[in-house]
Amino acid sequence: MPHTLGVFCDWLAQTPFSGVLQTTQWVVPALQTVHILAIGAVLASTLMIALRMLGVLGNQQPVGTLWFMRVIGGALTILLLTGSLLISAEPRRSLGSPAFQLKMVLLVCVCTLLILYRGRLLRAAHAPASVSNGSSKALVFTSLLLWMGIIVAGRWIAYASGQ
Amino acid sequence: MNLTSFYAWLEATSWGTAIRENELLFPTIESIHVIAITLVFGTIALVDLRLLCLTCRDTRVSQLTRPLLTWTWSAFTVAAISGSLLFSSNAAAYGHNLYFRIKMLLMLVAGINMLLFHFFSSRTWQSWDHLPDTPTRARVAGAISLMLWIAVVACGRWIGFTMLS
Repeated sequence: MPHTLGVFCDWLAQTPFSGVLQTTQWVVPALQTVHILAIGAVLASTLMIALRMLGVLGNQQPVGTLWFMRVIGGALTILLLTGSLLISAEPRRSLGSPAFQLKMVLLVCVCTLLILYRGRLLRAAHAPASVSNGSSKALVFTSLLLWMGIIVAGRWIAYASGQ
Repeated sequence: MNLTSFYAWLEATSWGTAIRENELLFPTIESIHVIAITLVFGTIALVDLRLLCLTCRDTRVSQLTRPLLTWTWSAFTVAAISGSLLFSSNAAAYGHNLYFRIKMLLMLVAGINMLLFHFFSSRTWQSWDHLPDTPTRARVAGAISLMLWIAVVACGRWIGFTMLS
């Protein structure tokens, strides 16, 4: 672990706030539960957008893609909040973990993708499935894979934790 | 064969032993289990929210359930297989874990809730399938299902924190 990161982790771990999180036993599993439920919302919403593009959900009554984009946004906020609290509870274990660092790289990738192509996704999702082009579909499936990669990397923090 | 000898047999199987002794197998299977369970929860939650009239009110319930339930069941199958494999690596400890037992019980109740809902609404669903507002029975089933699956995920996480001691 780089020296400055180590210093930051030790400082964070010694704050009274982190102390409360460390000594209250139910906090970490409870935060992890909310974290998993929120990623479930993200994954299912992304899947819905993908199914809509493939025309599986039918074209007559478009399922509100905008609503699913909002769910992803809301769930992402919950993920960042619970994630930050989990980091505060165990700074060295999380920030120092290669799995965590990989997870952050994947997260930046998927967020960049969603922000850059938000408009295109919405347009493609509102058009009939036959119209939505290959690149939009590739976009949704790439984000689906990235989210799954994020889940896997997240689970591996427990097995490749920082010292 | 009683439970204790069943657990011992499971732990002694070639796969139970391999998962317990190989450093990479357990976390790999666990990762698959987590992806599957997030899909199970996410897709069920979407249907439950529709039954509660909180989302997709302009979409037919069946239009949502037909494609989604395929995903729910596929993901559930993957979760059940991966979960069984994880269980076999340390069967006795999981079998005696309180949260593991509660988790199994909650999934059983969720299954019964689903069966009852299907049974009682099999004749009437066509009359409200297209309506934005669902009958009270459907809302109750949706609310119970949502709460049960949240509790299932919570119990799953608590197993990990109570197995270490």
